[in-house]
Amino acid sequence: MTERPKKQVILAAYFPGVNNTTVWTDPRSKSQIEFDSFVHLAQTAERGKLDFFFLAEGLRLREQRGQIHDLDVVGRPDTLTVLAAIASVTTHLGVAGTLNATFREPYELARQLATLDHLSDGRAAWNVVTSSDAFTGENFRRGGYLAHADRYRRAAEFVATARELWDAWSDDEVIADPERGQFVRSDSPGWFEHRGSQFDIAGNFNVPRSPQGHPVVLQAGDSNDGREFAASSADIIFSRHSELSAAQAFYTDVKNRLAKYGRSRDELKVLPGVSFVLGVTAADATERAHVIRRQQVSPQTAILLLEQLWNRDLSGYDADGPLPDIDPDPSAASIINGRAPMFPDPLKTAAEWRAVAEAKGLSIRELIIERTGRQTFIGTPAHVAQAIDDFVQTDGSDGFVLAPHLTPTGLDEFVDQVVPLLQERGVLRTEYTTSTLRGHLGLPPATRWRELSRASA
Amino acid sequence: MTTEHVHLAVALDGAGFHPAAWRHPSASPDAIFTAGYWAELAATAERGRIDFLTIEDSFGLQSSQLAGPDGRTDHVRGRLDATVLAARLAPLTRHIGLVPTAVTTHTEPFHIASAIATLDYVSKGRAGWRPQVSWRVSEAQHVGRRQLPDISPTSDDPAARTLVTDLFDEAADSVEVVRRLWDSWEDDAIIKDEATGRYVDRDRLHYVDFEGRFFSVKGPSIVPRPPQGNPLVAALAHSRIPLEFAARSADVVFVTPSGAGDVPNWVGQVRDAERSVGRAGAPLKILADLVVFLDESETAAADRKHRLDELDGDELRTDASVFVGTPEALAAQLNAWQSYGIDGFRLRPGVLPHDLEQIVDRLVPALQRRGTFRTEYGDETLRERLGLARPASRYATALEDAS
Repeated sequence: MTERPKKQVILAAYFPGVNNTTVWTDPRSKSQIEFDSFVHLAQTAERGKLDFFFLAEGLRLREQRGQIHDLDVVGRPDTLTVLAAIASVTTHLGVAGTLNATFREPYELARQLATLDHLSDGRAAWNVVTSSDAFTGENFRRGGYLAHADRYRRAAEFVATARELWDAWSDDEVIADPERGQFVRSDSPGWFEHRGSQFDIAGNFNVPRSPQGHPVVLQAGDSNDGREFAASSADIIFSRHSELSAAQAFYTDVKNRLAKYGRSRDELKVLPGVSFVLGVTAADATERAHVIRRQQVSPQTAILLLEQLWNRDLSGYDADGPLPDIDPDPSAASIINGRAPMFPDPLKTAAEWRAVAEAKGLSIRELIIERTGRQTFIGTPAHVAQAIDDFVQTDGSDGFVLAPHLTPTGLDEFVDQVVPLLQERGVLRTEYTTSTLRGHLGLPPATRWRELSRASA
Repeated sequence: MTTEHVHLAVALDGAGFHPAAWRHPSASPDAIFTAGYWAELAATAERGRIDFLTIEDSFGLQSSQLAGPDGRTDHVRGRLDATVLAARLAPLTRHIGLVPTAVTTHTEPFHIASAIATLDYVSKGRAGWRPQVSWRVSEAQHVGRRQLPDISPTSDDPAARTLVTDLFDEAADSVEVVRRLWDSWEDDAIIKDEATGRYVDRDRLHYVDFEGRFFSVKGPSIVPRPPQGNPLVAALAHSRIPLEFAARSADVVFVTPSGAGDVPNWVGQVRDAERSVGRAGAPLKILADLVVFLDESETAAADRKHRLDELDGDELRTDASVFVGTPEALAAQLNAWQSYGIDGFRLRPGVLPHDLEQIVDRLVPALQRRGTFRTEYGDETLRERLGLARPASRYATALEDAS
């Protein structure tokens, strides 16, 4: 049996988001808005030779019980604008962002992304999401409603249309020859025509082909439709499976879907979002992890998270007391707006939670601390480096999106202490050897997408 | 003779405002789509202590024809998204204002509000926005959501007037929504109150509840109130309808007098427009647009422009007055125009970087010698540089009035 060469670990740095895992009460916690915070995290990621920086998007402030949610970080800057600015303070790090396709048009977004790719010398990436949520739609002239089934239809056609626009300028369209007086080769540069059920557009795309050809396309979706969409259309799929056996099942499943689209198993990278806590000893790390969990779940947050499962107003309950006697009310209108429901079967989950709470004598807050959002990697740097390496080598994933709990210094320890160990293990670069994000990730050139679309036509 | 300081902006677009500019020896036509090209232009402008730079944009190819693409291969075609480009320039500059163009006709006001507010954060108070309408049928077909009538907006057809009125009414609604969103977080909304576990005081966040003919937007903004409160809004206006749009919506208006004698006429039109829309607050800052070709002698400048015209096969046609001559003569002209009641100028370099370098290295010193231009930047925001106060949030004010 020949030994398979070790896979390189892909690592991305997530800018801490607007939920309770981001700890704003810590004295080290800094602004979620000021650019200096973004610079610090991005430059730390680049110091660690990570693959890309990743920024999520907000389009409507979350509400619970009909009021703006005020316990977590609230508010965030515009994704594209921050990414473009980050490109000025980094040289190799990929710049990836979530940009919702429901509230944008292909021409507009394709040119913004092509611009970002030009201005970052080929480091741009786009996490495609759609929304079926009329709540967010209230901020947009397009409104919000999309039937669930239409979400992936729109997303797939949106991405396909964006790829047509990115292909509309050939590599050699811009001649810029002053002697001959010819700036462009053809008299209608960037011509495109897309006639589809979601988009019916034609004309001239107005951004020349960018360094990567197509920015890297990311997608997060666990449903069958989501996995299929990623297998047909994306370069990276985010995964919510950070437990090894579930992660391996997900990994195998999505990789197996690629052949149908004429793609090899290397052409779609699988990246779970994970958190980490480092300590001098294992016991120290465990203790630190517990302290962070208590910061993440204040008494008020515990009640709010419980309400998301119960779908009831539980503001009268004591977070340090037992779980409510009453059952969840899944039939009522959702108590939360602006966030996807997290529990497919609330009654079943509630029964499980009750059993755990009774068996261990846990209060509401203690139970929430235990049952939601426990950190993925907890241990000494050596332990965490080994766990990360093992996870990737055993096909739990191709790498990870690291989600620090502190802005902006939450990645510092990881880069200082774990990155050197991953480099020693030979699974993380010690210097960048490629210039584009496609290059870092080992993805084929973007011309591959045209071959695939021709082959399937 | 006036001793008021003049405000100077520069307009950046492609290789400059002459269609053959990219063929000039100083041009770098193969670099127009790189960050380095724009970074160098911005650094040059900042070296000249220029107030702010503007960046052109559009939802389609550049064209010499009003109607749409012109099929010409001998002009610069293709352009980068101006707001993304401005954001890329922000960390590379420290003082100069950054005012990208963003089209209102085919975009979401919510996205524009977030992007410009964020530009204000990444530039630490130097952001602006030039709203622009798009009436080209070809550009509407790039988006596919609305049918625009196939008429020239400059024609006498009454339908043309309706089209232009509607597009600028929509632009005014867009600016109104954007300004409301910028105000929707009071300045002190983030409280980080550990005792109650609250990150924000939600009583200091406000729905904007805008409902208009073209769209409705709920709010509040996703981005906290930007450093300037409201970043600068600047509009170009050639006629009554856009002048009234500027008077309703903008802080700065760019106008296009044809000569010194025409300046009072434009100032009068701006003030009329302000009266007719009932503008409250500070009057518009008026900047006159000029296309400039600058060399050490008038002959050299004229020869250079003439060669470019010959290369292009036609004399430069433009909406703004064209100045051809020495930087020293331009300094005298700017001060003369200024004395008729305008606040400054937006200079459109005929050729980049040549005419920008002439502005920075010779025009600016000439104005400084005349005592009419700053010699250093301070720590001011873009609004402060233009003498505009930082507005209080309209929602905060309403609350105080009610109490």
